[in-house]
Amino acid sequence: MRTLKILLEKEFRQIFRNPAILRLIFIMPIVQLLILPLAADYEVKNINIAVVDQDRSSYSRKLTDKIAASSYFNLVTYTNSYTEAIQEVEKDKADVVLQIPPAFEKDLIKEDKAKLFMALNAINGVKANLGGVYLRSIISDFNGEVRLEWVQLPRFNPQPMIKISSINWFNPLLNYQFFMVPGILVILVTMVGSFLAALNIVKEKEIGTIEQINVTPIRKHQFILGKLIPFWILGLIVLSIGMLLARIFYGIIPEGSLLTIYIFAVVYLLSVLGLGLLISTYTDTQQQAMLISFFLIMVFILLGGLYTSIDSMPQWAQVFTRFNPVTYFIDVMRMVVLKGSSLYDIRYHLLIVTAFGIFLNVWAVISYKKRN
Amino acid sequence: MSTAVKVEHVFKTFQSGKTQIEALKDISFDVSKGELFGLIGPDGAGKTTLFRILTTLMIANKGNAWVDGLEVMGDYKEIRKRVGYMPGRFSLYQDLTVEENLSFFATLFNTSLEENYDLVKDIYVQIEPFKTRRAGALSGGMKQKLALSCALIHSPNVLFLDEPTTGVDAVSRQEFWELLRKLQLQGITIVVSTPYMDEASLCDRVALMQDGKIMDIDSPKGITGKFKKPLWAMSSADMYKLMHDLRADERIDTCYPFGQHHHITFKDDHQEVNPIENFLIDKGHKGLSIEKIEPTIEDCFMELMNR
Repeated sequence: MRTLKILLEKEFRQIFRNPAILRLIFIMPIVQLLILPLAADYEVKNINIAVVDQDRSSYSRKLTDKIAASSYFNLVTYTNSYTEAIQEVEKDKADVVLQIPPAFEKDLIKEDKAKLFMALNAINGVKANLGGVYLRSIISDFNGEVRLEWVQLPRFNPQPMIKISSINWFNPLLNYQFFMVPGILVILVTMVGSFLAALNIVKEKEIGTIEQINVTPIRKHQFILGKLIPFWILGLIVLSIGMLLARIFYGIIPEGSLLTIYIFAVVYLLSVLGLGLLISTYTDTQQQAMLISFFLIMVFILLGGLYTSIDSMPQWAQVFTRFNPVTYFIDVMRMVVLKGSSLYDIRYHLLIVTAFGIFLNVWAVISYKKRN
Repeated sequence: MSTAVKVEHVFKTFQSGKTQIEALKDISFDVSKGELFGLIGPDGAGKTTLFRILTTLMIANKGNAWVDGLEVMGDYKEIRKRVGYMPGRFSLYQDLTVEENLSFFATLFNTSLEENYDLVKDIYVQIEPFKTRRAGALSGGMKQKLALSCALIHSPNVLFLDEPTTGVDAVSRQEFWELLRKLQLQGITIVVSTPYMDEASLCDRVALMQDGKIMDIDSPKGITGKFKKPLWAMSSADMYKLMHDLRADERIDTCYPFGQHHHITFKDDHQEVNPIENFLIDKGHKGLSIEKIEPTIEDCFMELMNR
């Protein structure tokens, strides 16, 4: 116990004397939580549209006005040459081209139908997809108005129709931030925990202090625990700062109990730190450790279900996500924060992450050798 | 006298890509209790590897070694309690203060500075004025003294010092050796390595190492005593030309630059020095000085290397 105490004392002294680590711990959560959720927003706005109006009628103008008036589209070009509009796309000044053919109004009135042509710049798939959807809904809206102008609708629909109304459970307004902020917080805790743990032991190797430690009668598990506990505490501090910021700036108050989150976080941090320690036992320089943890964290984040839904991943990737601790914490965070899940609801998550923690830490202790 | 360190036929090879590097080739020697034993050899001779094996940080490929009567393979846990090791590179925490480093290592050995104060007193009083200073901010000599204190804090029976005086100024080096002498008086066996040949004469016995092999083990006097050839020191105004001319002459066996002089041996032990002197004057050398000298460890080292 005395040994462990002095190890912890030493570790905390070193942390508090390293301004870079302190800054990282306090500034990183602020920057990531205040800026990222605003930028990482799926809603697509400001789609630049080029309208090719070859009709120049009152309807075509009305449609153009309607599009320009919507908050999603910026009308950048209004022309009658399709070639010119496509050139705008090539110059990346326009994302969508809407072509209104000659005799659009005439056909619509006389033949009761008219055609429009839409060309989407699919370099940014999300933007093209959503742009197309938005545009289609504006056009169908326009269509309804036209019909109303010409046809007196009967009081009851002549054909039976199903009207759908929906409600969004757990996040009624589909507030994007409610969904993203808990996830980003998980990434934050993961990064702080694994990077700091990985770099710490390697630093001792790099500057040679581990030599002096290795010739002492210190036990392996004491050494590893002495490394684990400080970063465990730091991880929980970062989590607390993050939760506080989420509450102040986004009004995110967990539906479930904070205790549930902390219990899971304690176990989760153990597995993340174990990963960090494991990396550090296999590397010799801080550079190597940094690159390996960066690579792993990158994979974990992209396959963690933060930005993309796991259900829509291919089968093999879904299998991989089951071995990704990040997935479980993101899931738990969303469950507890939005749905109010209890410890009982997350019992399997807890169990699996505990298993990860034990596996990684035992591996780290075994592979840390005092002699070679 | 009983032995404190015993090394028997130790081999160590490192794999570097596809080539194998033999760091230690069949090393054997004994160090008696209370002895100040020096491992002398240039960089890359294998001194650090040998230290790492003896301090249980590395496992030898072949052979065995005992420290304080304990086998390095099996009893490594017990050995760690009984030896002090000061690595060649400064390996204390640079961001901790002098005092914090000492108490940290004392605690790891389950002791305290107060308990073994007598042992480290001589050294500690020199660094005490800086005890609140961070180790990283100390001068080279002070760092070495702190490292020595940390290696001594648990009152070890055997002390391993890997190049403790490398990169330390001449005055600090001398002080450091005086400290080692004092420690020796307290009954601690000290094994020290150094690349500086002049420090060899300060040891009780030395082993001359080169390329992973021990070339000779003896007391410094014993080693210089084996140098049978007469040795001459020569100097002139143009030292480079002097060496060039001497090496070109067929009567000369060896000629090495040694600080202010060149040390020269002749092929024939009974060679008169006058003909050589005249020859050099003919060559246009000015301010010529020639005198017979006693060989140093370095002369013996050079001679052994050429064998």
